[in-house]
Amino acid sequence: MNTFPSSTYFSAPPDWGWLIVFYFFFGGLAGGCYFLATLIDLLGRPEDRPLARLGYYIAFPCVILSGLLLTLDLERPLRFWHMLIESNTYQPMFKPWSPMSVGSWALLIFGIFSLISFLGALAEDGRLDWPAWRKVRPPGMLSGVIAVLGGLVGFYVAGYTGVLLAVTNRPVWSDTPLLGMLFVVSAASISAALMILLAHRSRWTMPAIRALHRMDAWVVALEFIVLIAVMISLGPVFRAWLNAWGLLLFFGVIVVGMLIPLSLHWRRQWLGDRNVTTAAALVLVGGFILRLVIVFSAQRV
Amino acid sequence: MPEPMGFYTDTTVCIGCKACEVACKEWNQLPSTNGGLNTLSGDSYDNTRKLDGIHWRHVKFIEQFTEDRKDGRWLLMSDVCKHCVNAPCLEVCPTGAIVRTEFDTVVIQSDACNGCRDCISACPFGVIETNPVSGTAQKCTLCYDRLQSGMEPACSKACPTQSIQFGTIRELRDKAQKRVEQLHQTGEKRAYLYGADEKMLGGLNSFYLLVDKPEVYGLPPDPKMPTRNLASASWFSVLGAVLVGLMGVINFRNRGARLEDREEQP
Repeated sequence: MNTFPSSTYFSAPPDWGWLIVFYFFFGGLAGGCYFLATLIDLLGRPEDRPLARLGYYIAFPCVILSGLLLTLDLERPLRFWHMLIESNTYQPMFKPWSPMSVGSWALLIFGIFSLISFLGALAEDGRLDWPAWRKVRPPGMLSGVIAVLGGLVGFYVAGYTGVLLAVTNRPVWSDTPLLGMLFVVSAASISAALMILLAHRSRWTMPAIRALHRMDAWVVALEFIVLIAVMISLGPVFRAWLNAWGLLLFFGVIVVGMLIPLSLHWRRQWLGDRNVTTAAALVLVGGFILRLVIVFSAQRV
Repeated sequence: MPEPMGFYTDTTVCIGCKACEVACKEWNQLPSTNGGLNTLSGDSYDNTRKLDGIHWRHVKFIEQFTEDRKDGRWLLMSDVCKHCVNAPCLEVCPTGAIVRTEFDTVVIQSDACNGCRDCISACPFGVIETNPVSGTAQKCTLCYDRLQSGMEPACSKACPTQSIQFGTIRELRDKAQKRVEQLHQTGEKRAYLYGADEKMLGGLNSFYLLVDKPEVYGLPPDPKMPTRNLASASWFSVLGAVLVGLMGVINFRNRGARLEDREEQP
C-alpha cells in the first residue's frame, strides 16, 4: 500500500507556472528595493540619496509588472477587479484570513506608495518639472511618513506570497510555516544585489554602497539559515525534494546563490574588481531559482 | 431554511456502472474530454481518472489482488465534492465566488470566479479544477438548481444500487450508522464512516462508508483547513522582516560610524 508523508498529498496542483515565478521574483524586488530605499532615506546621508532614488526607480516598474503578471495568470483576466470589488454587490471584497485577498489590496496600496515615491524621485532628480512632488523626498516629515508606510507595505508584498503558499493544502507549501520568512529575507537579498549591480554600472561611489554590500552578505547568510530551517521543518515531506528539484535547489540556490557569493564577499581578491558584481549577479540568479523550485516542485509531487 | 442536505455513499454496493458520471454530465451539460476523442487509460476500467472542471463525479476502481491473482477484491467508490461544513475552498476564495447555500452545500458561482485557482490548491481532496470552456474553477454543485426545485441530484437519482443516497444529513448519518453495524454483524469488521462527524473539517456533507484505509481510496486521512498555517506563517514573516530590518539598521549605522572614524584619522 502506498504511504504518504502528509495528508497534503491528495490535493490537486493549481497550475501556477512561469507567470507566478516571475511575479514572485519581481514582487520581491519591488518590496525589497522600496524597503532598502526607505532605510537609505532614513539612515543615510544626503549624498546617498541617488541610491535611495534608484530603489524607487526599480520598485515602481516592478510593481506594475507584478500586477500585469498576476492579471495575465487569471483564467479570466478581465475579471481581475473581482479581487477588490464583490462582483454581484459592488461592495469592497476583503477577506482578512485569505492571503490572496489581503495581498491584492496590499499590491494596490503598495502601487500607490511606489508611484508617489517614483514621482518624488523624478522631481528630486530634476526629470519631472513639478515642484510639488519634491516634498515627498527628504528632508521633511511627509517624506519620512511615506517612506516608512510604503516600506512596511513593501515588505508585506515581498512576504505574503510565501504565506499564501502556506495557506493551501499542497505538499511542501503547506507543510512548513517558513516560506513567508524565506521570501521576505530573499526579497531583501535580491533587491540589495540588484541595487549594487546598477550602482556599479553607474560607477557610483557613495558611502551607502559599502553598507549595502555588507548588508547583502549578512542577509544571504540569514537566507541560508532560513532555507535549512525550511528543509528541517518539512520533516518527511522533504522527500519531495529528493529528486532533480532538490539538485536544482542545492546547486542553483545554495551553491550558486548563497555559498559562492558569501565566499566572494570574504575573499575579495578572487575576482578583483568584478568580485562584488559577480556576487550580486549570482544572488539574483539564486533568488530566481529559489522561487522557481518552490513554485514548480510542489506541483509535480 | 431547509435542513443541511448531502450525500451518503456506501462504497460496498457500488458496481462501477458510472451511471452517476453520465447523469452528472448530462444534467450539468459538461463537455466530453478532447471533444469526445477519449483516451483509454489502458490499465483500468477507470478512464475518467480524476475529478476536474468537467468531471464532477468520478467512479474510482481500486484493484486489490495478490500477485498470482488467485485472491483479490475490487473497491469501487463514486467520488465527488465533499461539501465540507468548514470548506477550505470557500475559506481562501478571494473573490467571494464560492458560497454556502441554504442547503449547507458549497457552490462556485461561475459568473464571479476569475480563475485565480487558489481554491484548487486549498481543497485537500483535489476536487476542483478549471473548466476549459468557462475558464473558471468548477466542481459538483450538489445539483443546486434541482434542489431549489425540490428534486434530488442527478447522480443519486441515477444510481441503480443506492450506493449514492441523497437526503438530510441527520437521516443519512442514522442510515449510515445502521449499515456499518449491519456490516460488522455480518463479519465485515473493516467497515467505517469517513467524514460523517464534525471531527473532519466540521463534517463532510458528502460522506462515505469505506472498508479500507482512506488513502487506499485516494482520500486524505487527516484533511485540514489551509488557514491552520496563517498565524504561524505570518509571524515568521514578521520575524524575517524584523531581522532584515535590524541588519539594515546595524549596517547603515555602522557605515556612518566607520566613515567618521576614517575621517578623523590623519
